[in-house]
Amino acid sequence: MREREVLLSALVLTVLWYLLSALIDRPILPFPHTVFWVFVREMPGELGKHFVHSLLRVLMSISLGIVTAGPLGIVLGQSQRLNRLLSPFLYLLYPIPKVVLVPVAILFFGLGELPKVLIIYLIIFFQILVLVRDQAEKLRPELILSVRSLGAGRRALFRFVYLPATLPSIFTAIRQSTGTAIAVLYLAELFATRYGLGYYIYLTGSTLFDYPAMYAGILSMSLLGLGLYFGIDRLERRLCPWVFVEVPS
Amino acid sequence: MGGSFVEVEDLHFSYQPERPLFAGFCWQVAQGEAWAIIGPSGCGKTTLLYLLAGLLKPHRGEVRVKGVTLQRPRPETALILQDFGLLPWNTVRENVALGLRIRAFYGPDGLHAPRSPLPQDPEGLVEHWLDRLGLLEVADRYPSQISGGQRQRTAIGRALVLGPDLLLMDEPFSSLDAPTREALEELTLKLQSEQGLTTITVTHSIEEAAFLGRKILCLGHPPHIEPLILEGSPPDRYHPQYHEVCLRLRRILEEVGRLG
Repeated sequence: MREREVLLSALVLTVLWYLLSALIDRPILPFPHTVFWVFVREMPGELGKHFVHSLLRVLMSISLGIVTAGPLGIVLGQSQRLNRLLSPFLYLLYPIPKVVLVPVAILFFGLGELPKVLIIYLIIFFQILVLVRDQAEKLRPELILSVRSLGAGRRALFRFVYLPATLPSIFTAIRQSTGTAIAVLYLAELFATRYGLGYYIYLTGSTLFDYPAMYAGILSMSLLGLGLYFGIDRLERRLCPWVFVEVPS
Repeated sequence: MGGSFVEVEDLHFSYQPERPLFAGFCWQVAQGEAWAIIGPSGCGKTTLLYLLAGLLKPHRGEVRVKGVTLQRPRPETALILQDFGLLPWNTVRENVALGLRIRAFYGPDGLHAPRSPLPQDPEGLVEHWLDRLGLLEVADRYPSQISGGQRQRTAIGRALVLGPDLLLMDEPFSSLDAPTREALEELTLKLQSEQGLTTITVTHSIEEAAFLGRKILCLGHPPHIEPLILEGSPPDRYHPQYHEVCLRLRRILEEVGRLG
């Protein structure tokens, strides 16, 4: 049912796009089908390469974010002392729009993959860290004690308690930061790179004046975001089924 | 087996140095006995239970179970808490199996799990207890989806599936309605005699203490030095002795309340 609603809204948006481009009637807004054919034609070739580059950058940043911020968030959530020590730093650093660090990252790390991945990673890192920490903090001491009484030491507590307890907040964090991450990805890919959707969109639009290709790039970037969003949703339903059960009132 | 099963010797414990909870407290429990611990809130009865479970360490003195001084939770001791003890992300079946999964995770290391080999058929064992406790039809549900009574039965199943010899319970049934509570109290007694368990139940309810405790340890205001022990009655709510025990407990607690 949800899928049908999403499809319907996509249809409505496409119709609006048609109306708008008919109204404007200039090459800067081609019809959807023109863009769609360019998209289909270019995806197996040049556009596909750019798409894969962008996708890999995002996936790499997300993976790095999970493996670093996840455990750190659990530790902070469990250790009041450490949390008290580090949370003022977090308080200051968390609200900084990481996108302003793009030039800094490029100055320090040059023009390769590293600065792009790093910036997106930072966005995701802080989001995961804060949500996982809050979730780990909320765990009742009784729960920990009762599992410890079953013989669980540190490793088993991590495996049977902390990991499943914080998994949903990792998903929430990624879902919340996907939009920003992709916006920043676009920006980061404007800076001297040869592959990436940001570069593709900029090149086709501002240098080649190939507007249908530019829109195909924009469509790809939207689909990248949408795909990630749906992928995360799907994965969470699979890995965290207890979040979705109906609770009798 | 002669001697005491649980021995508390010269126990000292406090959360704040200026407010000692236990100051040279001594207490013995023989094997197979059913004890209740009663006292006003804040008297340290839950703390005592956690000390017996090996979840807290005495500042001085020691707690021995079967002659061995506790350094950490002992694999053969089971603990059931009032609430919050079940993992919300695991189904009833997975919760009952949790202790076995933890044992399989470590292997029989003698530290987190008994040195004896793991059960041959853990799934069968889990199914047996689900069946025994009437949980089969809710086995695939999550704790949030079942009733309070079913949740506590799940907690009992999770404890007993490990074949413990000592069962510690902290206000196990206090959040349940009266019929459910009484049914579970009766079930507990039945399982206790069947499995030859030594049980220690912490409660603030006089009726529960009198029903579950053949011996009752009354804790007044800390610091505790000498234990005040009351002989209980047969587990029969219609037995005249039962009412007498309830009455005496009430008097003791009222006395304690006046002193506080």
